[in-house]
Amino acid sequence: MSCANIQVSETPLVLYALRRADDALILGHRLSEWCGHAPMLEEDMALSNIALDLIGQARELYTFAAKVEGRDNDEDKLAYLRDVRQYRNLLLVEQPNGDFAQTLVRQFFYSAFADLYWRAMMNSRDATLAAIAAKSEKESAYHLRHASEWIIRLGDGTEESHARTQGAIDHLWAFTGEMFAVDDGERALIHAGIAVDPASLRGRWLATLSDVTREATLAPPQNEWMQQGGRSGRHSEHLGHLLSELQSMQRTFPGLTW
Amino acid sequence: MVTVERDRELHQRAWNAAASVVDPEIPVLTIADLGVLRDVVLDGDHVEVAITPTYSGCPAMNMIALEIEIALERAGFHRPKVRTVLSPAWTTDWMSEEGRQKLRACGIAPPQASNSRRALFGEQTVACPQCGSDKTELLSEFGSTSCKALWRCKACREPFDYFKCH
Repeated sequence: MSCANIQVSETPLVLYALRRADDALILGHRLSEWCGHAPMLEEDMALSNIALDLIGQARELYTFAAKVEGRDNDEDKLAYLRDVRQYRNLLLVEQPNGDFAQTLVRQFFYSAFADLYWRAMMNSRDATLAAIAAKSEKESAYHLRHASEWIIRLGDGTEESHARTQGAIDHLWAFTGEMFAVDDGERALIHAGIAVDPASLRGRWLATLSDVTREATLAPPQNEWMQQGGRSGRHSEHLGHLLSELQSMQRTFPGLTW
Repeated sequence: MVTVERDRELHQRAWNAAASVVDPEIPVLTIADLGVLRDVVLDGDHVEVAITPTYSGCPAMNMIALEIEIALERAGFHRPKVRTVLSPAWTTDWMSEEGRQKLRACGIAPPQASNSRRALFGEQTVACPQCGSDKTELLSEFGSTSCKALWRCKACREPFDYFKCH
């Protein structure tokens, strides 16, 4: 790594935008790993399309974060020149693709949350955040429908697909608690009408989960213990590997442009 | 009065130049047909064009912005600026009737009026742009570009793109 990490002044609003941007970028990158490898052509295109939407959302959020920060950073520097500990995404989105069921369960957990989240953020007092949310909300509705249909198809499919999907639900469940946690800085933004209070979305998120898993003949997860850390930069071992690929060109040839 | 006339003429010329740019992925449609072209502002001889993305990650946006700059330079406007606006969010309702007809003519089913896009396994019908039959089925929610889905006609057996309602 010949290129130094940038420093970011993480005021609560910058941090807030970075967390959402990092979620979208990392999940988008994970989905892009399926490009050329998905089980069928239509699905290859679907996952790549969703990846594009997510990376587009990330770009808008990074640009907003850089503007709020008001220093020399921009969307590219924020994506390419921060190291693992500076990334603030949910642990859920950095988990490896695993098999197709694991990818789709991860997508389902996130999309069911993001869809509610963007819809709520459309009421943000910050005009840019509200505009980004209005755009993203239209996309997340598709993402959620795509993932839900697959969960039902896989859960209510063969013995094999059912077992794998149930396994993925049980495995990834512990990473979902983090979606609803906030720190003091974010709490203040919620009170100011800028940020969304994720706790207020939990009931509806659980209802979506329960509707879809019931139709998919899957059992709701039982485990109550939740793993946290992503929001404060404490990640699983998987993120470093992902970033080394995502950032390799900028780290090897600093300032490279196409 | 002469300046007002001149400004109006210049503005029209700038608008026409920007509006002539086509979508690189669906070249039968101009950005005006799509509703991507939002505004053209003239300040003296300087032009600023506002465009809005169809989807957040639409990779055609950079190319569209570049094409607008080239079209305006060719029309005699120097150093034009292109600005991206996010709000209000783009919707297929902005697509012109002419745009819809052009889509159909090139084998892409145009977007329908807003429906319940949140419905699971939504029961929508899209008419085949080839033979007009409504006996069609969805193959994939996601097609060859962000804005399209892949369908198949059960009457003429032809697959076709559907420009998604957004």
